[in-house]
Amino acid sequence: MRMTPPEPDMSKLRHVLAQLRGVRKTYDGETLVVKDLDLDIFDGEFLTLLGPSGSGKTTTLMMLAGFETPTAGQIMLAGRDLARVPPHRRDIGVVFQNYALFPHMTVAENIAFPLSVRGVPRSDIAVRVARALDTVRLSGFGERRPAQLSGGQQQRVALARALVFEPKLVLMDEPLGALDKQLREEMQLEIRRLHERLGITIVYVTHDQAEALTMSDRIAVFHRGVIQQIDTPAAVYEQPRNAFVASFIGESNRLAGVVEAIDGAHCRVRLDDGTPILARPIDVGTGDATSVLLRPERITLADPSDPDGSSARNRLAAEIREVIYLGDHTRLRVSLAGRHDCAIKLPAGRRNPVPLPGMRVEAVFEAADCLAFRPE
Amino acid sequence: MIQAATVETTEIPALKRLLRRSQRRQQVTAIALVAPLLVFLLLTYIGPIGALLSRGILDPEVPSVLPRTTAALATWDGRELPPEVAFAALVADMREARSAGTLAAAATRLNYDINGFRSLMFSTARRLPAEIDSARDTLIGIDPKWGERETWAAIRRASGPVGDFYLLAALDLRRDADGNIVAAPEDQAIFIDVIARTFLISGVVTALCLVLGYPVAYVLATLPARSAGLLMIFVLLPFWTSLLVRTAAWVVVLQREGIVNSLLLGIGIIEQPLEMIFNRFAVYVAMTHILLPFMILPLYSVMKGIPAVHLRAAASLGAPPFTVFRRVYLPQTLPGIGAGCLLVFIQALGYYITPALVGGAEDQMISYLIAFYASRTINWGMAAALSILLLAATLVLCAVYGRLVGFGRVRPG
Repeated sequence: MRMTPPEPDMSKLRHVLAQLRGVRKTYDGETLVVKDLDLDIFDGEFLTLLGPSGSGKTTTLMMLAGFETPTAGQIMLAGRDLARVPPHRRDIGVVFQNYALFPHMTVAENIAFPLSVRGVPRSDIAVRVARALDTVRLSGFGERRPAQLSGGQQQRVALARALVFEPKLVLMDEPLGALDKQLREEMQLEIRRLHERLGITIVYVTHDQAEALTMSDRIAVFHRGVIQQIDTPAAVYEQPRNAFVASFIGESNRLAGVVEAIDGAHCRVRLDDGTPILARPIDVGTGDATSVLLRPERITLADPSDPDGSSARNRLAAEIREVIYLGDHTRLRVSLAGRHDCAIKLPAGRRNPVPLPGMRVEAVFEAADCLAFRPE
Repeated sequence: MIQAATVETTEIPALKRLLRRSQRRQQVTAIALVAPLLVFLLLTYIGPIGALLSRGILDPEVPSVLPRTTAALATWDGRELPPEVAFAALVADMREARSAGTLAAAATRLNYDINGFRSLMFSTARRLPAEIDSARDTLIGIDPKWGERETWAAIRRASGPVGDFYLLAALDLRRDADGNIVAAPEDQAIFIDVIARTFLISGVVTALCLVLGYPVAYVLATLPARSAGLLMIFVLLPFWTSLLVRTAAWVVVLQREGIVNSLLLGIGIIEQPLEMIFNRFAVYVAMTHILLPFMILPLYSVMKGIPAVHLRAAASLGAPPFTVFRRVYLPQTLPGIGAGCLLVFIQALGYYITPALVGGAEDQMISYLIAFYASRTINWGMAAALSILLLAATLVLCAVYGRLVGFGRVRPG
């Protein structure tokens, strides 16, 4: 039995299904919501557009679906320019945040809708609707009205309806936004499984970074109408290209300072309180002001009296201000390098010394985990 | 365990009693809150209307003025002339009514049935000799009409106290001398025509309101709030002026020397003024204009509740624009269409002022006849019977609407 998930098959991602080239969008003729967007969507991939609200991710999705027209640029789907193709001829399935199920139709009629408007024979429709209901584990719910279903069930119907006509591309606009946390996590895995089983191409919009990390083959991080980075979840988390990506995805401590010297893979940064640390320069040069980002789980504690430590390690004096026990890990708030709100996550079971508020310790972290960015 | 079971059996009736008591208090409060309005409505609305409508089925004049005659005719088989007793009873009744001055009431009522009965009654009463041997010969001697079966049948038909004379008349029906329901003579059969015309005009006005109002309601429902608010003021503007003023304004606009004709003549499109007033066209235009808000408002409120994302979803699923409208939008607006059509149609059924002012003689509706009988000929029976028909038509329509759409039932979704 395989315990680890299979590696994504990169060979199938080679083929480009959809392409956005130089796409711009403005609503008022003054500010660009989307600026010069270039994006390739590979056949069969799960691509997430992640970003804060107003970053242009939903606008991009709506331009793909055809509900918004690009102000400039070109959108291609399977080699066809979509500029003059109305939404109903694009063959793109869309799942909306509030499901958008038709209340006057039963569940089965909702799912049959895309088939009947395409003139699929009645007998085929029944078979395909039954299969779609089975796919989203709602067999036997066909005769109900959408209002008689729970939020999660309604979203599964919306999924089935968007998938039943086998579109080339499925777009999802924050489809789980209206569900509570537990149901959302359940549905994330369900959509993920559907994607793997059916081999469909999904472009998924969310502002929830945990959701993006859970589900995606690739994540495109949007900010101010520009894709800041597009990469696998691990790369986006481990090797963020700029300070925005690093701070938007995952939690991080920010320490301000100046780059004093760069030596190969490392640089020396003097923090604002005068403490020198070693860091990894990302987009800074000697003499630049920098914002050093450090993940809370990459910091460990050491006893100040313990002399052990290699030269690559940063060892900074710290004072524990607050200890929060969370079961699987312990969260600390410490004063570090003149800042009083630095976070540290200690995994469960490795508590030596046992942290207590007021305790003076040393925070130990690798230079490779300190990412020196140009401040935003 | 035993203890628990005992507690259950003894406490549940007590609980139910407590529940009932607390609910009773709520019911009493609710009734007390509604009672003043209920009493007000009973005294000022339901009571008077009930009293008026009852006139449509009551027939009190003849039995009270001619009590002996109606009693004598009760056993008459109607195949031949009534027996001598009936003639004698009529003579006695007439003498008494003439001295009491009540003859006119019965004569008027009988005149509704047979034209000329009024003068027959008065001339007979006037010419009755002081001493008579045979009442039958004397009466037939005064006027040969007393020797006709139909004359006596009319008296028997009116011998009340409850009768279907007015209701049948309102449907162009009457009872013949043998008591069978037959069609009224052609020169008296005017009501079915007017009722059909009332329904036709109401139907056309409702259809016009729907065709004109649906797109407006759609625009209102999809516009951003501020512009929608401004447009809504224009929709509601007619409510701020009186019905009479609005109708009179149409007279100004549509008349021979009116705005429309002057404009068309000025541009040179027409050479003769168009006849646009005192005809059916004017009735349709004015009534549609006045009733349009009653179509737009329910449509708007229903359309406002349809999320725009439904239309996008339908398009993304492959439906071209008209299919989106027909299969997704239109079905969801049906409750609004039903409510709007019902409001407009029922109001149109009862329209009186507008057709009276801008329509011609051939464009008058049932309310015109009701007003005619109530205020000009003082025939309360006919006015009440026509009102009953109008009310019944309205109730049937409401019931149909309730069955098809449901009152206040929001569709699941």
